[in-house]
Amino acid sequence: MSAILLHDLTKKFEDVTAVDAVTLNVGYGELFGLLGPNGAGKTTIINMLTTLLEPTSGTAHVAGFDIEKEQDQVRRHIGIIFQEPSLDIGLTGKENLNFHAMMYGIESGERKKRIAEVLSVVGLTEKADILVEKYSGGMKRRLEIARGLIHYPKVLFLDEPTLGLDAQTRRKIWDYIRFLNIHYKMSIVLTTHYMEEADYLCNRIAIIDQGSIIALDTPSGLKRQLEGDIVSLVVSGPTGDFISALKQDPQVREVTSDNDTLSITITDGEKRIPELFVLAQAHGVTIISVSLHKPSLEDVFIHLTGSTIREQEGSLHSHVHAGMTRRMHR
Amino acid sequence: MIQPVAIYVLWLREMLKFFRAKSRMIGAVAMPVFMLVFLGFGFRRVEIPGLPDTISYLQYLVPGILGMTLLFTGAFVGMSVLMDRQFGFLKEIMVTPASRISIVLGRIAGGATTSIIQALLMMFLAVLLGFTLPGLPAIVLATGIMLLISVIFISIGLILSSVMKDIHGFNTMINFIVFPLFLLSGALFPVSNLPPPIRVFSYLDPLTYGVDALRGILIGYSVIPVSIDAAILLALSIVMVVVCGYCFKKGAAL
Repeated sequence: MSAILLHDLTKKFEDVTAVDAVTLNVGYGELFGLLGPNGAGKTTIINMLTTLLEPTSGTAHVAGFDIEKEQDQVRRHIGIIFQEPSLDIGLTGKENLNFHAMMYGIESGERKKRIAEVLSVVGLTEKADILVEKYSGGMKRRLEIARGLIHYPKVLFLDEPTLGLDAQTRRKIWDYIRFLNIHYKMSIVLTTHYMEEADYLCNRIAIIDQGSIIALDTPSGLKRQLEGDIVSLVVSGPTGDFISALKQDPQVREVTSDNDTLSITITDGEKRIPELFVLAQAHGVTIISVSLHKPSLEDVFIHLTGSTIREQEGSLHSHVHAGMTRRMHR
Repeated sequence: MIQPVAIYVLWLREMLKFFRAKSRMIGAVAMPVFMLVFLGFGFRRVEIPGLPDTISYLQYLVPGILGMTLLFTGAFVGMSVLMDRQFGFLKEIMVTPASRISIVLGRIAGGATTSIIQALLMMFLAVLLGFTLPGLPAIVLATGIMLLISVIFISIGLILSSVMKDIHGFNTMINFIVFPLFLLSGALFPVSNLPPPIRVFSYLDPLTYGVDALRGILIGYSVIPVSIDAAILLALSIVMVVVCGYCFKKGAAL
């Protein structure tokens, strides 16, 4: 059984194909990441899986239920934390939670217990009776996370959970997400365009670009695709012999030179640095400085898409919508 | 299909927000009171054709202004859907297991309650201007008619809100719909004073039957028997709720 199963899921908006025949399988208990630039189709996938949008073609199952034929069952088993704020700011934190729990038919006694529980998980117990209007951005985000948990969903969707938050709040939210995954054994799908977020949190990552999955693996598996670390040497002296000696080394994949800087792509870079020194000395080259660069997901992304992660134009609607939301929240 | 809890949640939310925003209540009652004061006193001595001598213009006007209050506040309930859409709260409601018809009924329940509170408040204020209040049974009966009127106009606003995403566009459209409905309804003067080709439209206007029924119950004067008015309003409100539920099911949740 899979928590989420997508088969050729496609969504077209007039002439734009936002999601292009995506096939994907996420197991129960997995913390899965959808990584890609803005406008890659991540949110569209989430909106379809949470029954807010109907797919153009293809099928998907969430917690075992068909997203088109069994919408009620799907809704009952999922939680979602939207990318944009979705709280009623005219109500208190507790009222927001209480109304949400009531919508899921949770009994009054149980409701009180769970509200206290999720409030303490996100550290908002003391602020529960204040109007959400007066919350900071991070507090609102945490309240939304609390709300997404209160009905103990089997599958939790997090759409850009830390977008626009400061470093400390972000770190805290990462800890909550991990805690939920382990403590509640919740299957979690999160979208992000932060490389380090996907790297830090996810068991597996799908890199998505222009509506298609272009890579799918564990974070370390993705990084392994780059085959090696990059050692940059700033050197002085004649480098010609040194470079040709390096090129004969079977461990070295590539050597490029730019003025007095040599970039060497090599496996197990940190272990090889001493050997590089010896080799340099033998060829009469002095090493002035060394730096080692381990491949990051960002490099993987650049490698796969041929460009750095970028702000793409979102769909017109989401753009306008986000703008309006921002304005309304001032 | 109909989930009382979901309806209750949405109703309760509306009540909490309504009583927290005092300015909203004052603002909503102020306009009808102005209408009543200026029209009531301004036209006090004017002889209006089609109006029996025994009924003063103020007595005649109060049920009309009640209908107006219900029409205006009701039609703008759709606005709260658009506000929720902008604040993102609409999505939150749409991903819960609440059925779409329950969501519609919850909105109507909340909107109708606030509209009726405002209308009743206005009616009691009218007593200060010289309006003769009928007995309690008549007020209860009138409240029932007010509920039907509210359901119809809230549904119109909700249907529009499921089609239109833009607040300014919604505002323009609602004013475009609301003013003709108000002027055609006979809230200010007897419909019989209008030329026959226009009168046809009056009888297509749900508010005509609403105002007529309220007059029948509150001041004992109606052009059409109250039972027929009530039957038309009831049938229409059922149809409107069903259409509304359909629009919410089909309309995009985003």
